[in-house]
Amino acid sequence: MSIGLDHYLILSAVLFCIGLYGALAKRNAIAILMSIEIMLVAASISMVAFSRFVVPLLLTGQIFAIFVMIVAAAEAAVGLAIIISIYRNRETIDITKIDLMKW
Amino acid sequence: MALEATFWILAVIGVGAALAVVLLGNVFRAALSLIVCFLAVAGIYVTLSAGFLAAVQVLIYVGAIAILIILAIMLTREVQRGSPFGRLRAPALVVAILTLGVISYAVVATPWQVSAVPPLEPTTPAIASRLFGAGGFILPVEIVAVLVLAAILGAIILVREK
Repeated sequence: MSIGLDHYLILSAVLFCIGLYGALAKRNAIAILMSIEIMLVAASISMVAFSRFVVPLLLTGQIFAIFVMIVAAAEAAVGLAIIISIYRNRETIDITKIDLMKW
Repeated sequence: MALEATFWILAVIGVGAALAVVLLGNVFRAALSLIVCFLAVAGIYVTLSAGFLAAVQVLIYVGAIAILIILAIMLTREVQRGSPFGRLRAPALVVAILTLGVISYAVVATPWQVSAVPPLEPTTPAIASRLFGAGGFILPVEIVAVLVLAAILGAIILVREK
């Protein structure tokens, strides 16, 4: 059988759920950030797949994917800056030990 | 036929690399498998005839984000301590599998209206005219420029020595 829209959407769902599991279960802040990047990439795959199979001439999904990439780059820069700043103050990036704002 | 084989190989590599990112105890090795995952996704974009997007994926994700993550790992000395799972490991697994089930059911049950039109080739001029042409996405492009500027300033201020 030929590869259709469903295959890409299921692949995207599998990648998204792997990222979700990592983001929820990990304790290292950088590992959580990497899992979030996997989730963003998975969402981009489904948008490009919709763009290819549903509206092949409009390219709207590809433009959305470009914006997702830019936002992911900005998010990674700010997130890693926050992690490095926390590490400098508290000598750890274990999120169970970063409870400064916990009531 | 070649397209199908390419899709399956890339999908297996991508999912395997993503699993390695989540399951490996060594953060540095996890970051390297993240690069493999990004490259596999760039290949997936090529099979979707989105060549420009594949190039941008390699440039931004592999060239910028992965390097940034590896730099942060080296700056925080977390490689020795490893990347253990927290107390929420079992509930997180349940939530992830439930989400996968719901999304898969929705994808399979929905009758998608697939267009039979062959994809646009090459895509780069069309993307440029959609981004910068009249009636396109010129306002989001300018907003995103402000966002990136704000992110750069924020990152500099956050890591600046007092």
